[in-house]
Amino acid sequence: MSKIKSAFENGKAFIPFITCGDPDLETTEKIVCAAAENGADLIELGIPFSDPTAEGPVIQGANIRALAGGVTTDKIFDMVKRLRKSVTIPMVFMTYANVVFSYGAEKFISICNEIGIDGLILPDLPFEEKEEFLPLCKKYDVDLISLVAPTSADRISMIAKEASGFIYIVSSLGVTGTRSEITTDLDSIIEVVRKNTDVPCAIGFGISTPEQAARMAAVSDGAIVGSAIIKIIEEYGKDAAKPVGEYINSMKQAIK
Amino acid sequence: MTNSKGRFGIHGGQYIPETLMNAIIELEEAYEHYKNDDEFNRELTELFNEYAGRPSRLYYAEKMTKDLGGAKIYLKREDLNHTGSHKINNVLGQALLAKKMGKTRLIAETGAGQHGVATATAAALMNMECVVFMGEEDTKRQALNVYRMRLLGAEVVPVTSGTATLKDAVSEAMREWTKRISDTHYCLGSVMGPHPFPTIVRDFQSVISRETKAQIMEKEGRLPDAVIACVGGGSNAIGSFYNFIEDKEVKLIGCEAAGRGIDTFETAATVNTGRLGIFHGMKSYFCQDEYGQIAPVYSISAGLDYPGVGPEHANLHDMGRAEYVPVTDEEAVCAFEYLSKVEGIIPAIESAHAVAYAMKLAPTMDKDKIIVITISGRGDKDCAQIARYRGENIYE
Repeated sequence: MSKIKSAFENGKAFIPFITCGDPDLETTEKIVCAAAENGADLIELGIPFSDPTAEGPVIQGANIRALAGGVTTDKIFDMVKRLRKSVTIPMVFMTYANVVFSYGAEKFISICNEIGIDGLILPDLPFEEKEEFLPLCKKYDVDLISLVAPTSADRISMIAKEASGFIYIVSSLGVTGTRSEITTDLDSIIEVVRKNTDVPCAIGFGISTPEQAARMAAVSDGAIVGSAIIKIIEEYGKDAAKPVGEYINSMKQAIK
Repeated sequence: MTNSKGRFGIHGGQYIPETLMNAIIELEEAYEHYKNDDEFNRELTELFNEYAGRPSRLYYAEKMTKDLGGAKIYLKREDLNHTGSHKINNVLGQALLAKKMGKTRLIAETGAGQHGVATATAAALMNMECVVFMGEEDTKRQALNVYRMRLLGAEVVPVTSGTATLKDAVSEAMREWTKRISDTHYCLGSVMGPHPFPTIVRDFQSVISRETKAQIMEKEGRLPDAVIACVGGGSNAIGSFYNFIEDKEVKLIGCEAAGRGIDTFETAATVNTGRLGIFHGMKSYFCQDEYGQIAPVYSISAGLDYPGVGPEHANLHDMGRAEYVPVTDEEAVCAFEYLSKVEGIIPAIESAHAVAYAMKLAPTMDKDKIIVITISGRGDKDCAQIARYRGENIYE
C-alpha cells in the first residue's frame, strides 16, 4: 500500500518542489520543515542534474547553484535521513534517469526505501522505458510516478492503467516554469485518467498563483508548484524557509 | 533489462519526456513508411546528386601515400558536398521527411555549425522556417558559420546554459521541441538521441559507405583494409562504416577527440574515458562523474565536443567490431596542416582527427594495404581558430 495515498486524504493536495542544496542543504532542510508545517501534503525533492532537459531557466538555475555548492546524491540521502526524524508526510525524489542509473539503480532505490523516500519522478523515463527501474521500484516499495502530458492523447489510458502513487499531469507544452495562462483541455485528460485508475492525479508545470492552483486542484486531486518556490529561494537565499512557508500556506488555503 | 525499441545491444532506447513520445512515434511511423517509398527515394537521390553534388569522390592521396611510405591512402571527399560537409546527407533526408509529414519548421542543434548550416540550407530550399541552437562558446569559435546560417534565413539562438557548447545546444533544442511540436521537426544532426534518430541519421549517412564500397571495388577490385573516420556523436563515422560492418576483414576505426589528452579532464573521448549512462534520450557511453553528472568536455573541435557517443557506436565497441582511438588537439592540428600542404586539401579540424590517426597507422602497414579516410568536411571554417592555436591572429 502506497504511503503517497495519504497525501491526498487531507482535501486537495498541495505539492511543493524544492531543489536540494539550493543554496545549501541546511537551508533545504529548513525549507522542507517549513513546508510540512504550513500544509504541504507531499514534497518533491529535486536531486540536481547537470543537464536538466525538462526544466525551464528558473529550475535550471537552482540545479546549477546546488551543484556549484557541492551537493551530491549521498549528501542528499543523509539530509533525508535527518528530515525523517521530524517530517512524516510523503516525500519523493525528482531527478533524471542518469542520476539513478549511474549511482547503481538497485543501490539508489534500496536506499530510497531505507531513508523513507516514497516515490521517484523521472521526467526522462517514459512508459516505454519504465522497465529500466520499475522491477526495482516494486522490489523496494518505491512508487515510480507516471507523467501524462498534453500530447499524450491515446497513451493516457495505457499510462494510467499501470500508474502507482500518483499521476503527474503536465499542464502545458514545454519545460517547467511559471505561465500566465494554462490552455490545455485538462478536463478531458483527467476524464480518461479517472476511467482507467483510482490513483490520484495532480497537475504541475506553470502554476504560480493561488488562483491558478485553485483552478487546477478543482479539476484534479492536487497542484504541484516548483518554479514559483525556487524564485522565492533565489530571492531570499538562506532566509528562504519563512517566506516559502508563508507562500505554501497561502497556496494550501487556496486549494483546500 | 529493458527491451524497448531502437536498441543496439544494450544501448539506445527512448529516454525522453512523455510530452515528446507521440511526436517520436509519429516520426518513426512516417520514416518506416517513406524509407521504402519509391517516390521519396527518387526525390532524395535527385537532391543528393543534383543539389548536394553526390556521389562524393574517392580520391587516391598519392603524395600522402608516398610520403608516409606504407598503406595506400584514399580520401572519401565528403568535404566536396554542397555546404562543405557530410551533414547535408542527413539533413536533406530529414527535411524531405519532415515536409512529407506536413511540418513547416525545422529546429536543430549545432556544434561546429556544419549541421546548422546544412539545416538552414535545406530549410531555404524547401521553404521551411529554421531555428538553430548553438552554444554561445561555439558561436564565437565558428562566427563564419553563424553568419552563413543567418544569410540562409535561419534564426541562430546562442545557448548560454551549462558549458555553452554542443551538449547544451542539444538540450535547448529538445526543450524547444517540447514547447512547439505540431508544426516543428527536430532535425537532429548525429546518430544519437532517442530512437528513431540514431537509425534515421545512420540510414541517410550510409550513402557514404555505399559509395565508398562501389568506388574502391572499381579502383582496386577489393575492399579496403581499414576505414577511418572521426567520431563526436558519430554520424560521419557510422555512415562510413555501415556498409562494411558485415565485411569482417575491414577494420573500422573511429577517432575520438582527446583534447589535451585522455589522462586530463580536458577531453571529449567518450568511449575511452566515459562509462555507461542515460542522457539525451539514449543509453550509451558518456563522460560523467561518479554521481552521473555529465562532464564538461573539451576539444579544439566544436564538432567533436560532445560528452556522449551514438548508441550504435557504443555497441560496435562492445562487440569489438570497431575500435575507438583518442587523437589529441595537437595531433589533429598537425594533420590539418599536413593534409593542406601535402595534398592541397584543407580538412575540417574534426576530419583532421581521422587524418592524424591514419598518419600513425599507414607507415605500420604494408604497401599493398588500403586505408580509406573519410574527410567529413572542409576546413575553411577552422582557419582562424587554428591560426590562433599557432599564435597568429587573423581576421575572419
